[in-house]
Amino acid sequence: MSEVVPGDHWRRLHPLSPLVRFGRVVVGLLVLSVPSLQATHPHDRSWLNPSLISYAVLLVAGGLAGVVSWAVTRWRIDGGDLRIETGLIRRQSFRIPLARIQAVDIVAPLAARVLGLAEVRVVSAGRGTERGRLAYLTAGEAPQVRARLLALAHGLAGETPEPPAVALVHVANSLLIPALSLRAAVAAPLGIALAAIVLLVVSPEAGAAFVSGSFGALVLGIISVGRTFNEDFDFAVSEAGDGVRLDRGLLQRRHETIPYGRIQAVRLVEPLLWRPFGWVRLEVDVARQHMSRESDPSAQQVARTLLPVASREQAMWLLGRVMPNAGVQPPPEARPPRRAWVRAPLSYHFLAAWYGHKYAYARTGRVQAATIVVPLLKVQSVRLESGPLLRALRLATVHVDTAGRRWQASASCRDQEEADQMLWAVSERARLARRRTAA
Amino acid sequence: MEMRRVSYRFWIARQVELAMVWGPALIAGIAVAVAARFAAAAVLPFAVVAAACASWLVERGRYRSWGYAERDEDLVVKRGLLFRRVSVVPYGRMQFIDVTAGPIDRLFGLATVQLHTAAAATDARIPGLLRADADQLRDRLAAVGEARATGL
Repeated sequence: MSEVVPGDHWRRLHPLSPLVRFGRVVVGLLVLSVPSLQATHPHDRSWLNPSLISYAVLLVAGGLAGVVSWAVTRWRIDGGDLRIETGLIRRQSFRIPLARIQAVDIVAPLAARVLGLAEVRVVSAGRGTERGRLAYLTAGEAPQVRARLLALAHGLAGETPEPPAVALVHVANSLLIPALSLRAAVAAPLGIALAAIVLLVVSPEAGAAFVSGSFGALVLGIISVGRTFNEDFDFAVSEAGDGVRLDRGLLQRRHETIPYGRIQAVRLVEPLLWRPFGWVRLEVDVARQHMSRESDPSAQQVARTLLPVASREQAMWLLGRVMPNAGVQPPPEARPPRRAWVRAPLSYHFLAAWYGHKYAYARTGRVQAATIVVPLLKVQSVRLESGPLLRALRLATVHVDTAGRRWQASASCRDQEEADQMLWAVSERARLARRRTAA
Repeated sequence: MEMRRVSYRFWIARQVELAMVWGPALIAGIAVAVAARFAAAAVLPFAVVAAACASWLVERGRYRSWGYAERDEDLVVKRGLLFRRVSVVPYGRMQFIDVTAGPIDRLFGLATVQLHTAAAATDARIPGLLRADADQLRDRLAAVGEARATGL
């Protein structure tokens, strides 16, 4: 490390930060102004038309605002806090207590990577990444700041290097591409498109309309898969002392940590078209930020994929690292009674729910099986529910609620007595799990 | 497990609410029946009375279905006639407790206690408590929740 330790005194963000932050707006404005540019003739003196001027004014004003916001923003690590001061007219000063830091992520969007910059995102308890964003530092400085913040957060000297991460799984891109293209978003429109082409040969009139529709859907599917590919490219999972670390991204590189304590549930998904290959996907659900509404959609989406695609054994092994001793093979008594078919005809074949001493499990899904594993330690409440139809069938559903924002483990359509028993047993085991940790 | 019932005043308050809805409906029904030129309209008031009776029965069933129990480690809330629901909320998971009262409930000195946890789906609401009981319950829950707080 150089003689200047980053963060010991007040510092500005990198001078190119406004360029990256407002780059998207600039590009958007330029694109918007193209029609008005075209509308004017080259020999016409009136190229200074009002719409062009207004775009130019917007551009200058935006750029100026960006530069000013950069100029008035400064940060430092001071005592036990990370301090950020910002705002020209409404001066704001944030203190993020280092002790409350849960993770420090580094995110580098494409524009930032081109300029050799990266953003440091501090995830703190109860706050998420809100206000804890240093955008942008140089790409070399970001890991130093991150290491320093983490060391101080753990009560070590600021110069302590980051604990080495143990590499767990690396997803080969040669596996990711075929796996993603077999996702329903692409495969279904592709199938329809092929059917449409066949139809086109048989009867041209009917086929034509069909083709154009299916190709539209196909394009949308490819875009969504392309986005996932961009996000999950070169996916590497490693284990740091306090959580799972994920490194991923094609255009925008992310280095994220999911602290073990924040994991509310893990889901094992087995898409239909992946089954012949034995591939599965792992997803995590992390605690909701109920204190604030996170306005940034990318912050909402932080690390929902734990493993984009892998063989079953590999996924089970990783699941075992994240949730020790979790077994996702349902025992025979985990199946709901046969009459549950009446209530859930499409998903009956996958329905299962069971619980052990540390986890509650629920398998659902119509086309793809999805098994949710919830640590009993994370259970917030347990609910039993049965509507008129379920009661007529002497069935009931038990929900196991966590602070996660995506799923809850629901034991759908259980026998009424069994559901009653499950309600009390799960609450009791959750209580024991909490007591074990407290002791 | 001994479930505590909600206050009888809650049932009276609900009946007042029913009367406020069905009373005008009945008057309107009678007015239409009198003013209408065809005989079939005479059925209208009877239909209104039948509907009122049905909703009175449903409301009574709902009132009777409410129940709650403060156990050692958790609060159990039971409710629902058509949709039966039982919630078990550990004290340690409570994040905050609301005590609310609508205009009619206030008239009868009633209040609703609602528990919130970090899970959005948690649904533990106890209506129809006497004001003093509600405040006591809230304080008791807050105290025991603080003692057992386990966070996320």
